[in-house]
Amino acid sequence: MAGPQVVWKGGSFGQTSRRDAWWFSPSAVLIGLSIFVVYSTWAALQNSHYTFGPYISPFYSPELFGDSPHALFGPKPGWYPSFLPFSPALFILWIPGLFRLTCYYYRGAYYKSFWADPPACAVSEPRKSYLGERRFPLILQNFHRYFLRLSYPVWGFLAYDAVMSFRFPDGFGIGIGSLILVVNVVLLGGYVFGCHAFRHLVGGTLDRISEHPVRHKLYDCVSCLNAAHRRWAWASLFWVGFSDVYIRLCSMGVWHDWRIF
Amino acid sequence: MAGQATFRIWRGDPAGGKFQDYVTPVDEGMVVLDAVHRIQAQQAFDLAVRWNCKAGKCGSCSAEINGMPKLMCMTRLNNLNLDMPVILEPMHTFPVIRDLVTDVSWNFRAKKTIKEFRPRSPDLPDGTWHMQQADVERVQEFRKCIECFLCQDVCHVLREHHKHDEFIGPRLLVHVAALEMHPLDVEDRVSDLRQKHNIGYCNITTCCRKVCPESITITENAIIPLKERVVDQFFDPLKQLFHII
Ligand code: SF4
Ligand code: SF4
Ligand code: FES
Ligand code: FES
Repeated sequence: MAGPQVVWKGGSFGQTSRRDAWWFSPSAVLIGLSIFVVYSTWAALQNSHYTFGPYISPFYSPELFGDSPHALFGPKPGWYPSFLPFSPALFILWIPGLFRLTCYYYRGAYYKSFWADPPACAVSEPRKSYLGERRFPLILQNFHRYFLRLSYPVWGFLAYDAVMSFRFPDGFGIGIGSLILVVNVVLLGGYVFGCHAFRHLVGGTLDRISEHPVRHKLYDCVSCLNAAHRRWAWASLFWVGFSDVYIRLCSMGVWHDWRIF
Repeated sequence: MAGQATFRIWRGDPAGGKFQDYVTPVDEGMVVLDAVHRIQAQQAFDLAVRWNCKAGKCGSCSAEINGMPKLMCMTRLNNLNLDMPVILEPMHTFPVIRDLVTDVSWNFRAKKTIKEFRPRSPDLPDGTWHMQQADVERVQEFRKCIECFLCQDVCHVLREHHKHDEFIGPRLLVHVAALEMHPLDVEDRVSDLRQKHNIGYCNITTCCRKVCPESITITENAIIPLKERVVDQFFDPLKQLFHII
């Protein structure tokens, strides 16, 4: 299938006949993702103010090693290299980090915003060579489903944290923080279980899905979440960051955690 | 809305061309194709434009209106800003024949490289099959395609990088999906997808889905599921060994 002789070649970077504000959405993605990456990296390296009462920041959970009572295996292990900065978040945050980095939605979004490949639909690009996801390094995006599999237990731990956030020293209670952590789990659940790879694995792989009634139902539910994957992605991203901010500011004494019950 | 509007139309042939402005009266309810016809009838008798149905069903009148790939017959003037000239160009991804008409025959040649439908042996002695509605629902979406090739036009892999000889583009990935996900089909097109049709060139920027006049969810329902099938076959030994999700 030899290619046609195209006489109408693409133009210089940013060239387009589009009249609308095509730069708006990629710029908003650029700003939104940059803020999140900078804040989450900073927060992950703090190793302080990540718990408050029964709450633990989702950036730090599950806490494998650390100084808080939430730590599963006690304090910083002796084998941990002393030249590396230590923070419980470093053991965990790479899982949701790489999960989001390889997410189909974010890929399409950051290729535009950060790499101008293309800057927006029907807008010319800065580079004339192109490899796509066929070659190293982007061929590694194909491993998205491995990070999905690692994300199931991480989400399970966050659900556990949300339940435990109702356990105050004086017994059952509801704080604003408890509600924040519950919303966080719901939004992250909508994101993780609306994943394209999950949709494929539960049912998309079957061409005669009617022969598998349970997976058929599941596939329909996942497809429903998946249709709004972009919105779940942004809502959960914002909220997981906000959950950390909330617990951090409460722990620092800047904000007060109201008890509703 | 009655008044007049300026249309800045690309006029040319494979040797080159330029934009030319036409001012024409416009009326309530007109679409871009109506205006082009009016210009053709009154001012530019030799203006080349291809169309057939004027109902968004034949896929002939594809062009670029103010920089976006669109059907001229389905783009209403009251949705455009007529205070500025309306820019009309032929599709950029295909060779120009003349003015707004491009040669889209590459799509049909590329389509021939896709393995055809191969059903399993018939379920019944009379040579027919049983199918469940639930199983064909997924591929019915893909059959709405009118082959307007607007998605091929907007796809940067073809438009910017001219990978026509390596990449089949979103329209034909939709076609592969329709065959590959069909409940009766037993052909395997997955290794072709990776090696011959280079689905890996697609970086899921969803431009194809955004321009599709039939609202086919090209990226999420066709391309990504096909990419996942490529992952099944080439990148996921765990699934093959343990049947895990
Ligand atoms: S999503 Fe893929 S096929 Fe569709 S326009 Fe973008 S790169 Fe092309
Ligand atoms: S998939 Fe949509 S945009 Fe592409 S050729 Fe078919 S109808 Fe046109
Ligand atoms: S595709 Fe977005 S999380 Fe998997
Ligand atoms: S004329 Fe048939 S789709 Fe526009």
